[in-house]
Amino acid sequence: MARQPASLNGIVAAHEDEILREWQRVLSLGGTERRLTGREIEAQCRAVLEALKESSGGTEEVSDRLQDLLAEISRNRATQGFGVTETVGFLLSLKRPLVDAIGREHAKAPAIALRETLASTELVDGLALRLMDAFVRNREEIIIRQQQEIAELSTPVVKLWDGILAVPLIGTLDSSRTQVVMENLLQAIVDQSAQMTIIDITGVPTVDTLVAQHLLKTIAAARLMGADCIISGIRPQIAQTMVHLGVELSVVSKATLAEALAHALLKTGRAVVTRRPVVEA
Amino acid sequence: MDRIPILKIGAALLVTIQVDLHDSVAMALEEDLSNMIVKAGAKGVLIDISALEIVDSFIGRMLANIAGVARMLDADTVVVGMRPAVAITLVELGLSLPGVKTALNAERGMALIQRRVAESGLEADHAAGEF
Amino acid sequence: MRIRQIVRAAALEAGLSLVDQTKIITAASELARNTLDHGGGGHASIERLQEGGRRGVRIVFEDTGPGIPDVDAALRPGFTTGRGMGLGLSGARQLSNEFSIATEVGRGTRVTIARWK
Repeated sequence: MARQPASLNGIVAAHEDEILREWQRVLSLGGTERRLTGREIEAQCRAVLEALKESSGGTEEVSDRLQDLLAEISRNRATQGFGVTETVGFLLSLKRPLVDAIGREHAKAPAIALRETLASTELVDGLALRLMDAFVRNREEIIIRQQQEIAELSTPVVKLWDGILAVPLIGTLDSSRTQVVMENLLQAIVDQSAQMTIIDITGVPTVDTLVAQHLLKTIAAARLMGADCIISGIRPQIAQTMVHLGVELSVVSKATLAEALAHALLKTGRAVVTRRPVVEA
Repeated sequence: MDRIPILKIGAALLVTIQVDLHDSVAMALEEDLSNMIVKAGAKGVLIDISALEIVDSFIGRMLANIAGVARMLDADTVVVGMRPAVAITLVELGLSLPGVKTALNAERGMALIQRRVAESGLEADHAAGEF
Repeated sequence: MRIRQIVRAAALEAGLSLVDQTKIITAASELARNTLDHGGGGHASIERLQEGGRRGVRIVFEDTGPGIPDVDAALRPGFTTGRGMGLGLSGARQLSNEFSIATEVGRGTRVTIARWK
């Protein structure tokens, strides 16, 4: 008696070795997998086939194991910098070996073969979509995390002295960055019990009315917390543009960070003095 | 009606706002403080808002009003303990409370008031010495 | 001022940061005061938002008061007809990611604000 018309998981089980061999061959032809070693590719292919064997074969029901596997593959590839084509292509290239295997299994029953082929391509397409979804989500997460890291990296708040903080601003000050600067600065004021804050804008390329507004907001917020602000490092060109634009920063401003620090020390009851040379006895 | 207690410490009045202020309580506080400044001859008013999770424009106006009245009655107003999130929100709201002095905590605020009292004392001595 | 607690709970649930929570609660407080003082009372509805991976809070304030004759003027910082500082509407707009206002003289006013994570 002929075997029961095997469903997809049955076919995978019966022809696993050929499918695996063929899949690896297709992948190596595509040349997109060069970044992974043959062994890594084989392991991933094997894992997918294992999971397929377990699943019931319907397009709607993707087993948890398959789901987890797809998530892992997408995460791996997203962090290794693979593109969408490479990632999804990995799964899509399973189609041909599968269809071939179905053809061999049902050589004498074209109707069944056709139905199975359709079902298997639908399944692979469905899986590919899921993989793409997971991949894009992973990439988005990476981008968001990097954005946050960049924002925090570029706005450090450093302690110069007891109660004196400095914020060296580098790059353009837009509204989302102003938020990060403000939050970091105000928290640092609380943590360090700071009385003075020096905002150094040596690294800010231009100060237009909007940037000035952001600066003033930051200064106002620091003042509400009880900390005075000094602006330092206004370059001559910037000072000129600001005057032409009619932008006024009604705060103490010093040419250099060093002068600002001296002023802050003075304001907090300290002084910088040159020590008299010690005469050796 | 609930009233917020006002404590007298030396030349300063201390008000600690613990709960979300209802409008009527805020108005009563404004009035009580004005009376107390004169009665106690206070040179400073310390308002601790560290317990406040939000300060909207109504409370902001109350603080500005208190500072304005106090200034006319020759007293400094220092608002202390504002939370970072509240400060950022107030600035976004367009309220930077220009007439109000600020300090990180009650201790710093009290030092600010005492310094001012000491300075005015010195000035008085100095003026007396001129004769 | 029960609205503050409700907005806070919704903002917390939406995962807003402390600063964003404070902003939306303050904005709601401004608008609630407007609804009471100018609109003669009304009601507010709070909705939790979910769109893709983003979450947020939307609040709608509605009253059947006199309406606002000149919305542009009312949105200008410092404009006031009441006892406030004239920062209610402009401030609420500044503190929200989304802001819209629909008003008709004699009929009432509806202000919608939203803040996203």
